[in-house]
Amino acid sequence: MDGFWRLPQNIATFGGDIDRMFIIIAWITGIVFVAVEALLLFYLIKYRGKPGRKAVFTHGNSRLEIIWTTATALIVVVIGIMSRGLWLDIKDPRRFPEPGLELRITAKQFEWNVTYPGADGQLDTADDFVKRNQLHVPVNVPVKVDLESEDVIHSFYLPELRLKQDAVPGMTIEAWFEATEPGAYTVGCAELCGLGHYRMRGSMTVYAGTEWDTWYQQEIQAVAAAAGGAAPLAGVEGDAAPPADVAAAHVH
Amino acid sequence: MSTIAVPHEAHAAGAHEHHEAIPFIRRYIFSTDHKIIGIQFLFMSLFFLLVGGLLAMAMRWQLAWPSNPDMPLPGGSVLPETMVTDGIMLPEFYNALVTMHGTIMVFFAIMPLLVGVWANYLIPLQIGAPDMAFPRLNMASFWLAVPAGLLMLASFFVVGGAANAGWTGYATLSTSEVYSGVKLGQQLWCVSLVILGFSSLIGAVNYITTLINMRAPGLTWFRLPLSTWALFVTSVLILLAVPILAGGLIMLFFDITIDTTFFRPEGGGQPLLWQHLFWFFGHPEVYILILPAMGFVSDILANGARKPIFGYHAMVWAIVGIGFIGWVVWGHHMFMSGMNPMLGGFFMVTTLIIAVPSAIKTFNWLGTVWGGNIRFHAPMLYALGFVSLFVIGGLSGIFLAAGPVDIPLHDTYFVVAHIHYVLVGGSLFGIFAAITFWYPKMFGRMMSEMLGKIHFALTFIFFNLTFFPMHMLGSGGMMRRLYDPTQYPYLQPQQDTNVFITINALLLFGTQLIFAFNFLWNLWKGKRATENPWEANSLEWSAPSPPPHGNWGGVVPIVNRGPYEYSAPEAEADYWPQTDVAAPVRAAPVSH
Amino acid sequence: MSTAAAATLDRAGSGFGVYNMKLGMWVFLLSEVMFFTGLIGAYIILRFANPDQFAQPGVVLNVPLTALNTFILICSSVTMVKAFAEIEQGNQKGLRMYLLATVILGMIFLGIQAVEYTVLTHEGFVPMSSSYDALGRDGTPPVEGGPLYGATFYTMTGFHGTHVTIGVLCMMFTTFQAFRGRYTAESHGGVEIMGLYWHFVDLVWIILFTIVYLI
Repeated sequence: MDGFWRLPQNIATFGGDIDRMFIIIAWITGIVFVAVEALLLFYLIKYRGKPGRKAVFTHGNSRLEIIWTTATALIVVVIGIMSRGLWLDIKDPRRFPEPGLELRITAKQFEWNVTYPGADGQLDTADDFVKRNQLHVPVNVPVKVDLESEDVIHSFYLPELRLKQDAVPGMTIEAWFEATEPGAYTVGCAELCGLGHYRMRGSMTVYAGTEWDTWYQQEIQAVAAAAGGAAPLAGVEGDAAPPADVAAAHVH
Repeated sequence: MSTIAVPHEAHAAGAHEHHEAIPFIRRYIFSTDHKIIGIQFLFMSLFFLLVGGLLAMAMRWQLAWPSNPDMPLPGGSVLPETMVTDGIMLPEFYNALVTMHGTIMVFFAIMPLLVGVWANYLIPLQIGAPDMAFPRLNMASFWLAVPAGLLMLASFFVVGGAANAGWTGYATLSTSEVYSGVKLGQQLWCVSLVILGFSSLIGAVNYITTLINMRAPGLTWFRLPLSTWALFVTSVLILLAVPILAGGLIMLFFDITIDTTFFRPEGGGQPLLWQHLFWFFGHPEVYILILPAMGFVSDILANGARKPIFGYHAMVWAIVGIGFIGWVVWGHHMFMSGMNPMLGGFFMVTTLIIAVPSAIKTFNWLGTVWGGNIRFHAPMLYALGFVSLFVIGGLSGIFLAAGPVDIPLHDTYFVVAHIHYVLVGGSLFGIFAAITFWYPKMFGRMMSEMLGKIHFALTFIFFNLTFFPMHMLGSGGMMRRLYDPTQYPYLQPQQDTNVFITINALLLFGTQLIFAFNFLWNLWKGKRATENPWEANSLEWSAPSPPPHGNWGGVVPIVNRGPYEYSAPEAEADYWPQTDVAAPVRAAPVSH
Repeated sequence: MSTAAAATLDRAGSGFGVYNMKLGMWVFLLSEVMFFTGLIGAYIILRFANPDQFAQPGVVLNVPLTALNTFILICSSVTMVKAFAEIEQGNQKGLRMYLLATVILGMIFLGIQAVEYTVLTHEGFVPMSSSYDALGRDGTPPVEGGPLYGATFYTMTGFHGTHVTIGVLCMMFTTFQAFRGRYTAESHGGVEIMGLYWHFVDLVWIILFTIVYLI
């Protein structure tokens, strides 16, 4: 938790841009806030009523109206312009970077089922495997996520990645992110989805370089071994702690 | 005195010869008098404000001490096991509380407190009319709101409990009992809101017709008080937005009841369609919830500062502008919904633009206070509180309007902070201002100034202590509608803040007892009010306190100027009622 | 407030010069426009997204019969116009006759709609979740569609039918008042606003008929 605004640690490539926009807006609104409240207080003191006198009889000032209207409009236009490019970079699938890993995340009451593409690196093939409530990704690799829901609207929320995207039944919605630091992070649900909404929590583990390959191979082998009997199934239940070495080294 | 004698209103169907006693039921229960109906709405909605507040207190208790057996929910023992077990509330009950707090506050407290009460009470009085255009329709409007409210309350006690899909009722949680555990409660929610919608709708027809057709001679549009302007634009918003909600609720009801698939993907329906319908109504709705308060604040600030409102024309155009632009911003509630990002870009632009008229109003309020000779009576304090708190609410909206910044903030407590700064810091303070200001006119008695000042100060303090920290809870990542935030380790450090907020919320709630006492006690014991205790200008202050049936006893007021001629050099006093015909000391043009 | 009372009040002027009841009805009809826009808008969106759930025109719905029904409703608007024209001239007998005709035509419209609903329901075309097998005409094979077709059809036409029913009931009241001699050439606001509502309901039907039956 960082500073006055308690911002969670940021490990997203676009997270810095988002936080910067946030701080810029915080400064602008903060200055306006202080100025307006101070002026208000000042006027209340200076112009407090005294008997036997009248107030200044004016109906307004057109020039002032134009000035403050224009100033406000300019500020909001600037904020809009600064925001628009970043917005599309994050949300518009046509502007997503080439993903190094593609996952399907299916939300349901009250868990996140993450489908990994398996050995062939392709989703929707026989070697895909699913982990419940565990998101594992490599560091410094753009990850594309196809969000789906089996039942109601959930919202896929990664606080440290400044990522949020609703998962809507009947739709497949794409999102992307790139993590910049290994460690253990949070997956949450940010849309009321029923009585278990508050516990629809998962864990995200970001692996440095070769550790990712290690983990991934481990999983593929586990799937292959299980393939003798059951179909590739969900892995460990609940929010399993990340592998100890990763957790020890990089927990925020 | 203030109203000069003019030819009496013709003794046609409009004039009133009610000198014989009207039975109690016709006079106070099934009344067609707009003033009585306004007062009926006042009592009804104050009751619902109390209910909504109690629901919030229960929520705050759970948030501060989630499922903590050492801190059982007060009063939990009288609630059934399906809601609270061993002093700990169940998650489904929490979700119902969240839903019903929002629903009741928006639809049965704030909206009627602003519109049902004041559009009814003030419009005929401020325009010099004896009553509304359609008095019987007006009575129907109130008596439709009552069963709507009863149905909503009843939903707590049915099998499955009250609706629990949020006041926004998103499909498919709301369409399917399988997902929410609630069917009848959600159905009652739909039906109740449709009936309430119809009540609001016929009210709007009344207000609009009355305002267009029944203004007193000389009362041109640009001589109307801003209260009236605000209520007019609000009525147009209600007229056009409520039917959309009604359509959506009907479809939702069908999805729940007869298995249609308007919003259910298994049959080709679209959950996002519900969101579009709901928010297309929902955004104008939030302007319905703030515009009247802005109008009252303008009138009260001018009165308290003894100055004309600064920039009256700009203020009118700002109200109209908010009314217009408010129709094309609804998508900002849906930035994360999965709608096309290009649409998101469009809504971001329109939402940022709508900040401009609100800013214009704020600067004009500052201009009104500048150079004033300020009287700090209780209504003025509440109005000043409105300005100072609405600014915060408006500014926090800027964060949410900027798409990328909305990503981490959407559906967190930052939004909750924003909502409550505008709805409580804004609307509710505006309501306190209005009640305190027009109480003498309504009841012929004054509220206690001292209690008003104490209530204002404590409410202002506890309100800020309760809601300001929510900004940080939100930017720190705490989501909305969480039964137990401690389930997320990264939120555990914020739990102290939740406790702090709850304590202040309880204090805030307790403080309202002062207002309740002030309001109720002085109905019987208050100092008798004169006709114009605030030395104000608009037409209602030229009628007796309280006005009789027909308001001016058959006399039609004639209007000679605008409502903001305070401290005019031509007038002897520092106010100059609209109906006065005192000759100016020098031939100065009456400018606006 | 009757038109007479409003006329004697020398008020600031409406800007529209329209008496209270008439202005009120226009304002109310604006809200009705929004209501049907919501329903029809939802239908258009759902249909574009799921075209295969909806049958081609005339396959399930009885276009010729409904076209006749549309004609009947339009005729009832004509008789309504005539009724208004008659009372403007102070012709009580003409007013009563044409109002009665309007009521009867309105009831015929509703009757034919009820028949249509009954037939459709028998054929399996209902607004529930299962896809329907509404039979085509002349022993052609069943139509495979989707639940949205029935849901939207019955919601839109059903609410329109409700509005017509309310209109017919109000029209009966107006006719009853006319028979009591309640309206004069100088004062017949009730007839005028009844007419406004009726024409609106007719207009909505023409739009619905086009969108739902013909497209």
